[in-house]
Amino acid sequence: MTSDEAVQLSRAARADRAFGLVTAGAAWLVLALLAGAMLSTAWGGRQAFEKFGFGFITGRDWDAGRNAFGALVPIYGTLVTSAIALIIAVPVSIGIALFLTDIAPRWARGLIGMAVELLAAIPSIIYGMWGLFVFAPFMGTHVEPWLTEHLGGLPGLGALFNGPPIGIGLLTAGVVLGIMIIPFISAVARDVFNAVPAALKESAVALGSTRWEILSRVTLPYTRTAIIGAIFLGLGRALGETMAVTFVLGNSHDLSASLLMPSNSIAAAIANEFTEADTDLYRSSLIALAFLLFIVTLIVLSAAKLLLLRINRIHGRTN
Amino acid sequence: MSPFVTRRIVNGIAFAFATAATAFGLIWLVWILWTTVSFGMSALNLSLLTQMTPPPGTSGGLANALYGSAVMVLLAVVIGAPVGVAAGTYLAEHGRYSRLASVVSFLNDVLLSAPSIVIGLFVYELVVRPAGHFSGFAGALALAMILLPIVVRTTDEALRLVPDQMREAAFALGIPRWKITLQILYKAALTAIVTGVLLGIARISGETAPLLFTALNNQFWSADVSQPLANVPVVIFQYAMSPYDEWHALAWAGALILTAFVLGLNLVVRLIVRRGRK
Repeated sequence: MTSDEAVQLSRAARADRAFGLVTAGAAWLVLALLAGAMLSTAWGGRQAFEKFGFGFITGRDWDAGRNAFGALVPIYGTLVTSAIALIIAVPVSIGIALFLTDIAPRWARGLIGMAVELLAAIPSIIYGMWGLFVFAPFMGTHVEPWLTEHLGGLPGLGALFNGPPIGIGLLTAGVVLGIMIIPFISAVARDVFNAVPAALKESAVALGSTRWEILSRVTLPYTRTAIIGAIFLGLGRALGETMAVTFVLGNSHDLSASLLMPSNSIAAAIANEFTEADTDLYRSSLIALAFLLFIVTLIVLSAAKLLLLRINRIHGRTN
Repeated sequence: MSPFVTRRIVNGIAFAFATAATAFGLIWLVWILWTTVSFGMSALNLSLLTQMTPPPGTSGGLANALYGSAVMVLLAVVIGAPVGVAAGTYLAEHGRYSRLASVVSFLNDVLLSAPSIVIGLFVYELVVRPAGHFSGFAGALALAMILLPIVVRTTDEALRLVPDQMREAAFALGIPRWKITLQILYKAALTAIVTGVLLGIARISGETAPLLFTALNNQFWSADVSQPLANVPVVIFQYAMSPYDEWHALAWAGALILTAFVLGLNLVVRLIVRRGRK
């Protein structure tokens, strides 16, 4: 090797190291972004946590005038709307996945699947406007009176469906959220249904199973982990969804058993009130809410990712 | 009834349910699009592009908001895309099999679905509070942070799809690694990376929550990114929540423009992807 070649080689090695460092730095930035969001909201919310302690989560009063901030109502609203969303979205998404893998004619699968995925592309503020101007009045005039009449009398459960049919409230927000997370759950469900080894399905066919029996006794048990992962993914989306919920939830801080009553959610409270928050404690309370929301969604989404990783490992994929 | 008939009936019910579920999913798409088009079309006119957002009770347009949104989205791409491509390159190439890469890859997917409103508050604490005022730059930074995980994921996947033989052939010719990445792998993965950036643009164009605490809004024409900047999503939010009919009409016009842009971009991406598969 001549000395010229040696210089060239060492120059290439140095350039390689530099390039590697730059890309690694960018990868670190992703981590910094996550850590930064967590730390800055924890720091911004410290005043609220110090002042109210655990009562921040269990307190029912949210009153800027008296400097009292208990986040029970937004936390309750977030959980209830997400639960309604899952109750609607999970069966529908699995139905859609079944339709796309087994029932639809082959030529239509791509098209229908794409149409469902477009639901995820519509900006959430459009869902919000549609919800406020079209869907909430529809719920108020058609669905909610019916619910009160037919379910309002049930012992126990009836309290959920008694209330003024104004269209704005937990139920409407939950339904809109459900629509929004359908494409996320159904896309994953379709993909894992398609990934079930053909030999398993064919064995069931050879034993004389109907297609429903294949789904319920072969496909679903085989893909259970991934389906739960998909549901967690949908839950993570629902918990943090902001604009759509802000439009149709009514921004009320009263705790009510009825699903027809206006309420609040963590994200909606922040969106509605943050720019109006005029005291440090008020602002800090809203940032503390964001911190709680961030931690909970991170846990839910991490669980989703872990569950989905397991199914990938079964199929020998590495990423 | 013989068990066979019962099983056929159950099967039929399941099929009917699955078909109904799909119809249920598609009805919303049609309903929402129909609403947006029918309300938006009647509010569409040329003055949208020439006039500023009006005070209550007068007519106006969305010129400043459209411009502000375009500026912030472009700025977000300029900030977020290179970082995202570099990080994706680390995951797929230089850091493949490293522990850092697997951690980043995992957390990146978590960030992909994390609530964007928290990103908005993060940028508020990071930029807006120290500066003392809202700014278009803060808005662009928040959008860049939302774009970042999308670009990381698609770059990673795009590079992994490049066959290893191509890397080995390049190594055998003695080409240094950074040159292989820049001049060979990026070229092979270009379409996929670009589609990733386009999808990211579609996503951040409609983002509202993170802009509420960063760019806020501005009633007037402003090209100054160090000041509050008008943008379509926040204008839609404020005008839709207002009691004024003129503002509602403008909000619907904005909603139609936004939806058409976002769905159009999504369709273009899908066409590119489909053509690439053939």
